[in-house]
Amino acid sequence: MIVSALAFYVFAAVAVASGVMVISSRNPVHSVLFLILAFFNAAGLFVLLGAEFLAMILVIVYVGAVAVLFLFVVMMLDINFVALREGFMKYLPVGAAIGLVLLAELLLVVGAWSFAPRAKTVLDAPVPAFDQLSNAQALGRILYTDNLYLFQAAGLVLLVAMIGAIVLTLREREGVRRQNAGAQIARRREDVIEIRKLPAGGGGQ
Amino acid sequence: MAFLDRTARSFLLAELVKGLGLTFSYMFKPRATINYPYEKGPLSPRFRGEHALRRYANGEERCIACKLCEAICPAQAITIEAEPREDGSRRTTRYDIDMTKCIYCGFCQEACPVDAIVEGPNFEYAAETREELYYNKDKLLANGDRWEAEIASNLAADAPYR
Amino acid sequence: MLMFWNGYALPTVIIVAQVVAIVVPLMLAVAYLTYAERKVLAAMQLRMGPNVVGWWGLLQPIADGLKLLTKETVIPSGANRLLFVAAPMLSFILALVAWAVIPFSAGMVLANINVGVLYLFAISSLGVYGIVVAGWASNSKYAFLGALRSAAQMVSYEVSIGFVIVTVIMCAGSMNLSKIVEAQKHVWFFIPLFPMFIVFFISGLAETNRTPFDLAEGESELVAGYFVEYSSMTFALFYLGEYANMILISAMTAVLFLGGWLPPIDIAPLNWIPGPVWFALKIAVGLFFFLWARATLPRYRYDQLMRLGWKVFLPFSLLWVALTAGVLVYGGLV
Repeated sequence: MIVSALAFYVFAAVAVASGVMVISSRNPVHSVLFLILAFFNAAGLFVLLGAEFLAMILVIVYVGAVAVLFLFVVMMLDINFVALREGFMKYLPVGAAIGLVLLAELLLVVGAWSFAPRAKTVLDAPVPAFDQLSNAQALGRILYTDNLYLFQAAGLVLLVAMIGAIVLTLREREGVRRQNAGAQIARRREDVIEIRKLPAGGGGQ
Repeated sequence: MAFLDRTARSFLLAELVKGLGLTFSYMFKPRATINYPYEKGPLSPRFRGEHALRRYANGEERCIACKLCEAICPAQAITIEAEPREDGSRRTTRYDIDMTKCIYCGFCQEACPVDAIVEGPNFEYAAETREELYYNKDKLLANGDRWEAEIASNLAADAPYR
Repeated sequence: MLMFWNGYALPTVIIVAQVVAIVVPLMLAVAYLTYAERKVLAAMQLRMGPNVVGWWGLLQPIADGLKLLTKETVIPSGANRLLFVAAPMLSFILALVAWAVIPFSAGMVLANINVGVLYLFAISSLGVYGIVVAGWASNSKYAFLGALRSAAQMVSYEVSIGFVIVTVIMCAGSMNLSKIVEAQKHVWFFIPLFPMFIVFFISGLAETNRTPFDLAEGESELVAGYFVEYSSMTFALFYLGEYANMILISAMTAVLFLGGWLPPIDIAPLNWIPGPVWFALKIAVGLFFFLWARATLPRYRYDQLMRLGWKVFLPFSLLWVALTAGVLVYGGLV
């Protein structure tokens, strides 16, 4: 088991280190790349926990889609590093305050696990062995059977957010001639071309 | 009905399938290209390739240094200097063609009154340096000696049409 | 000492041997895929194709590889050196690691993990990084435009590939690739899921940046797209990665839709042929379709590409997911 312990420390150390690099790196593209590295190591930790489904989903969703869009946007920015650094001292107190709040909340979460009377029972709830129930089935049971309404509500929230994004960015401009591929494909020679026999010297009447 | 037909066609990707079928059928057609360095295509007798200076059958060079080719050359690729030989006949002392300038229009061979300068059937004379493409009289005469058989037969084949 | 040998060293040696046994034939296959591509394209365009180096030009890929190996690696002065060199390695490595979960025959798989399909999907969705990073690190506008196009394109088509994979997972009832193949014992999935098969194949063309979706390299407008600035081995790695990805997508098609290592019908002369041979044959058919499409179709315009991905394939595959689920539930097949 020494290998898995070693793997855990490697993944955890790299995840933390790349997390630090995300915020300390000068170049935003490097930041995004370090973020991806952090995601990867988190996925590695999931695999060590036996949660391979979550690990793959993390890689597919965050690394394969979300981080690509981050990178997409960040790459196109033309950033003035001096201007970026100017406001640093001004925003430091606010940032520090938010950081403190987050830290306190994290501590509360961890504390709740050890102090709350019910938490122990949740932790002790029987977890089926991996050979009986696969990851995906276990997750499906929780999402679609135990917490169906919450799950549907979350889906609805996402749907609303998506529609909101579309409504906010959709604009209909007048007088724009768009290509209609269907109409172009449906166009037939017989419908648009007419061949007429004209008498010579008739002048095209 | 036409609508149904169209919809069915677009869902069945009829046009894609038709295109794929066409390219597939082309796979089994005979090749349109030839295996160049080993096989060569036919050349017309009028083909205008590398230049050559011809000789008469007795070995006397044909060129009489009339400089008509030099005069007509639109690219000014030909340079000729001439003086009488010891037997009194007028011959070139220098006959240079800059093959990097030449546009292979064939005016020189049209202008030549004695069929001395001709463009032969050879087109494989690529070189690695420019210097190799500045042809002098020796090179042109050597070309003429080398290609005389082909040049003569080409001229004979083209003669009825001139 | 014996414990160390049995516990760590021996498994390591076995795994390394297995990896070599996969990678070496794969690299040979990539080399000869380039040869096959040139020959097939030549045949469809009534040309000869390579025929000078070796018998019928069979040594041409080796000669090309040697040529690239001996050339100079040029790193542009404005480039980000580290990422510039790392990008081709990334795209090459990603094209190789995906093969860990591909089952070549019953039990013949390097890592028989439960989420094999998702692993493949995750790896193929990472392929975009090699291209995007290369485009950005080159510090060249052509490379950058190619990278942007490729990023948007691959993200768009992954969505429909994802839905296709979901339908297959639903039909097979497992995410393990070996089990997916075994679920096709009676009927290969491409028969009941034929439209999904087509969507998957076309999205695969887009995912590997092959014609008619090769806008990322679009030589007529972007010179060579994301790898304009690359030369020598860094270029060769991109090239190998692209072709290894083609083989991978063909292998995925074979596993998900064409019954992997299974013979078409389980009768006497056909099931004597070993599984890996059937698998290789199916991959070869898939690759031929890749080349055939390249010989036939012109390049898509960018807005058409996006329209196809988002307005045609996405709703269509979503509909099929719902339809398949409905059929499975009401047909009592789950």
